[in-house]
Formats: sequence, structure tokens, C-alpha cells
Amino acid sequence: MSTRDEQPLPGAGALISARGLRKSYGRTEALRGASLDLHEGEILAVTGASGSGKSTLLHCLSGIVRPDEGTVTYGGEELGGLPEGRLSELRRRDFGVVFQFGQLIPELTALDNVALPLLLAGTRRGEANERAGEWLERFGVRGQADLRPGGMSGGQSQRVALARALVTGPRAVFADEPTGALDTLAGEQVMTALVHTARESATAVLLITHDAQVAAYADREVGLRDGAVHSGSAQAAGQEAVRREG
Amino acid sequence: MYSGYSRRMSTRHVLLGLLAAGPTHGYDLKQQHDARFPQARPLAYGQVYTTLQRLVRDGLAAVEGTDSDGGPERTLYRSTDEGSGELARWAEEITAPAPFVTNEIFAKVVVSILVAAAGTRTAPEGRKPDAAAHLRAQRAAHMERMRELTALKTAPGADLSTVLSADYALAHLDADVRWMTTTSARIDTLTAEVNAI
Repeated sequence: MSTRDEQPLPGAGALISARGLRKSYGRTEALRGASLDLHEGEILAVTGASGSGKSTLLHCLSGIVRPDEGTVTYGGEELGGLPEGRLSELRRRDFGVVFQFGQLIPELTALDNVALPLLLAGTRRGEANERAGEWLERFGVRGQADLRPGGMSGGQSQRVALARALVTGPRAVFADEPTGALDTLAGEQVMTALVHTARESATAVLLITHDAQVAAYADREVGLRDGAVHSGSAQAAGQEAVRREG
Repeated sequence: MYSGYSRRMSTRHVLLGLLAAGPTHGYDLKQQHDARFPQARPLAYGQVYTTLQRLVRDGLAAVEGTDSDGGPERTLYRSTDEGSGELARWAEEITAPAPFVTNEIFAKVVVSILVAAAGTRTAPEGRKPDAAAHLRAQRAAHMERMRELTALKTAPGADLSTVLSADYALAHLDADVRWMTTTSARIDTLTAEVNAI
């Protein structure tokens, strides 16, 4: 177990490795020395009570927010040392992010929402639409391709959001309470789709949740309390994910 | 193996329910039981035959005849009208919602808190029950089982019986986890208050 008093060295072979992260908003300390590793193809649940620092940890790991102290290393590069342009490129190309709700652009159809990251990366419109359609199919929402977010159920919207997060073939997806606004069965469809797709493509997933039934989809769990890792192993071997994949 | 909670399934009513589909012998009833309740403890053959004999004694089932099917002779059982009536009565009866709070995890945590409150004189050093540590370890064990059940129910081709039984077990384990999380927080608050005095 890792606590705020122990800050192990960056994990060998980890895809993303965080060490001693501290982040404050005004006088509120959201992270107080959090350390963890996310391995290639691993599905890791981060659990904890409201205010434990889960979402801030996700924002630091995905390069959305820079920590006040500590390091985040991705593929050997320390995110803190990267210029904003390079960080932005990483977020667009290598990372996918899914939030609880409200992330789809309301004026765009489901197909256009999913095609958007490809268009931003320079893919031609025809190919982007074709690939977006394939990803909608994989998440069981091809029939909703021409609908705007307002015309879809919460579960359908989340599956479209997952398709958008995965369409660029990211190495890591960050999901912040992806089923938080859904009923049990809709949440189960979203989690099953996410886990099956991530395992097929060996995409690592960092899953933020306060729900034990959602955390049970992950290979392992790390508990946060007061901005630091409180339970579970910060550095569990990624072999677990690889073994399950086989 | 998930062992269920304080209330056990009524084997006699489950067998009556399986007999409702038509005359069956004990071997098939055992197989059907284990298929329909995949996360339950498998029924022992001895328990099946003992229960069938008691159902016959009480007039709820009757011997229909024998069937050899090329092998050893086996007794066929069927449900009687009284058996169907008893099954309907049982199925309609509302189960008392948690009339007694009896659970081993709950008991261990309460006892650990009591021992801690009694001070160090009750146990040798190093062997004091630690409620907070116990809750963390128990939560980890629950989560491991929840991961197994989730993998089971989301596996391609999982049948309805497997999904329903995994759902049932997951919902109960989840309730335990919620209680453990709340109790951990209460213990922390209590400890902080005591330390502040």
C-alpha cells in the first residue's frame, strides 16, 4: 500500500505514473501527495467519498490540470515539462475523456459528435464519418446516428460519448463517474460496452466512481481519502490486465 | 462461493416449483436446481431424496411410477393439488424484511469496537481486534468477489439464471460495502473526537 508518507519511484512499465501529486484550489487541498500507476491495457477504478480528490486526480493524470507539486509521467515524458501545444496534442491523440453527462455538443448529431475528434486530427470527412459509424455500431447506438443529444436517452448519450472517446484509438481513457446519471440497467450497458471495447483494443481505463458495483468492472481498485491513496496498491502489476485479456 | 445471507432458500418449495413442470425423478431435480440457482450451494442428492420423501409423507407430492430409461430404475415424482396450493401460498407470502440484524461482519466490527473501548487489558499486545483494519480487509475481499461475479454476468453468452443470481449477490455485497464505508467514516470521526479530548 502507498500512503502520503511513501512516494515510490515511477513504476516500471507503467503507461501513466503519478508521484506525490499536490493540488490546491484556493485554501482547499484537493490532492495531498497522491501516487499511482496505470498500466497498459489495465482497467483501474479510483474510489473514494465526495471531496476525496478523485476528479482532481483524473484532471492531473489526463493533463487537463497541472499539479502544484509532484510528477505525472506518460510514456517516459513528464507532462509538467511539456508546452501547452504538445499537451493539447497528447490529450487529443492519446487520451479520451468521458464525464458524467453534458459532454456532447448539443447542435451536432451523434455521428458528427463522434467524427469530430477525427476531423480535428486531420482525417477527411468521408473517412471520419465511416469510422464514427463503425464506433457507434460497436456501442449499439448506430440507430441514433442522426439524432442530436437532446433526442437520446442518458444511456444512449453516454455510449455515444464513449464512442467519441475511443474513436481516435487512444492508449488511455479517463472516465469520471460515467454511469453516475444513469439507472442500473443503462449503467450496466455503458460499463459492459466500455470494458469489452477497452479489452479488445488494450486501452487502459482510469475509472472514477463512488459505486462499488461499477468499480467491480475494473481489474483493481485504489481508494482515495483526503487527497491521497488510502487503500489498494498504487503500483499493482499490469500483468493482471494482460492475463484477463488473454 | 457466495453463501447468501441469513435467510435460507426453502428446498421443499423450490423442489415443488420444479415439479410443477411435470413428473421428474430426483436426479433431474438436482440437475435443474443447480442450473436454475447457479450461485447457490449445490443440492446434495441425499437432501433431494429426503425432501421428496417428506413431501410425499405430507401429501404435497406423490410417486408417479418408475422410469428406467435403459439404466437403473428411478422413481418419478409429481406434485399433488395440495402441493400446488402450498407452492402458491408460499410464493405469495411476503418475506419479512430483515427482522433480525445478524451478520458475522457486523458482529466482528461491533465486538472489535467494544474491545477497543475496554482498553488494552483484555488482550495481549499485537492481538487487539482493529475494527478499521478489519473493515478495510473485508472490503477488499468483497470487492474481489464482486469482480468475479461481474465477470461472470458480463461474459458473452451468460444465461438468465447466472445474470439474475449474480445481480442478487452483487446487490447484497454492495449493501455490505456501503455499510462498511459508512462505518469506517463513523469510526474515523469517533477516533478524531476522542483524540481531540
